[in-house]
Amino acid sequence: MGIYTEIFLTFAKIGSFTLGGGFAMVQLMEKEVVDKKKWLSHEEFMNTLVVAQSTPGLFAIDMASHIGLRLKGVKGGIVGALGTALPSIIAILLIAIFFQAFKENVYVEKIFMGIRPCVVALILAPCFGMARKAKLNKTNWWIPVVTALLISAFGVSPIWCILAAGIGGYLWGQVTK
Amino acid sequence: MIFLELFYVFSKIGIFNFGGGYAMLSLIQDEVVNKHHWMTVNEFTDIVAISQSTPGPIGINCATYTGYTAVIHAGFPTWAAVLGAILASLSVIWLPFILMVSISRFLLRHSQSKAVTDIFGTLRLVIVGLLAAAAIMLMSKENFGNPSESVFTFIVSLIIFFMSFVGTRVYKIHPIVIILLCGLAGLAIY
Repeated sequence: MGIYTEIFLTFAKIGSFTLGGGFAMVQLMEKEVVDKKKWLSHEEFMNTLVVAQSTPGLFAIDMASHIGLRLKGVKGGIVGALGTALPSIIAILLIAIFFQAFKENVYVEKIFMGIRPCVVALILAPCFGMARKAKLNKTNWWIPVVTALLISAFGVSPIWCILAAGIGGYLWGQVTK
Repeated sequence: MIFLELFYVFSKIGIFNFGGGYAMLSLIQDEVVNKHHWMTVNEFTDIVAISQSTPGPIGINCATYTGYTAVIHAGFPTWAAVLGAILASLSVIWLPFILMVSISRFLLRHSQSKAVTDIFGTLRLVIVGLLAAAAIMLMSKENFGNPSESVFTFIVSLIIFFMSFVGTRVYKIHPIVIILLCGLAGLAIY
């Protein structure tokens, strides 16, 4: 299998099982891209999260483009982005064409009642592994806690948290040099 | 010309979208419902509901569905609507992609510099907080059921949540397997 086919199929698989937006995909993507394919280290994967979160565009597509770009340049990036988008486009087109039947199907609703809490767990799960890999310790534990509080309780945009932390990290590096 | 308008509007939505799909919903609503009248508020709400329960990024889901609906409403046949859907979806992607190419090149070149290492060291901690916040905000009545309406649904949801968490963290079960199992469980229990 060529590398482009491999990139495309990996991201198409990730795109097919992303329910409930980009964050739900992080766990699956880390498993596929880091653990299985070994395209990136854990640290590089987290840097990818940072880049995707702080640039415009869809989170999932940004992740796929960035990883594809790292692997095989512009062509790899395009293949990764299209791989992520394609299952979504096909699924929505089918639903748009047959919408009424889908919406009123009781079995579909039952399946989703089971899946929704699971998706929340899948978003929460990678936090713990990532906290370790981000070198969480006694002096910096407050950074993720304050971030989570600002966003979930006070409705602060993630963009501001990233900007503040980026500037803070840079200044701290200058001071402690 | 409906196709040019779709291309323009969704390119704009793509480049002005920071911080994930949910943040872009209000932007899409403003453009698609208020400004261009491609669909009603009710139709838009349906799209959001569908997007939350179908695979893929919510922004792409919205673009695909809006592209399809707008072209149908303009009086074109189904095949043209399919083209409109694909056009709208790709329009969301292309500008951020070009930006990403330059950012990736810059980061690769400077990945060893002290400034970049310092900044990313802190940002990796922030990302942990971002993920936690996303999970906290999704712990809602919509996802777990309302305990004052149905205690049964709420408890089943909590059990599914707990088992999914343990399954992925402790037993390292593949997320796809967990999602499929939870879908089956929903079908069997409710």
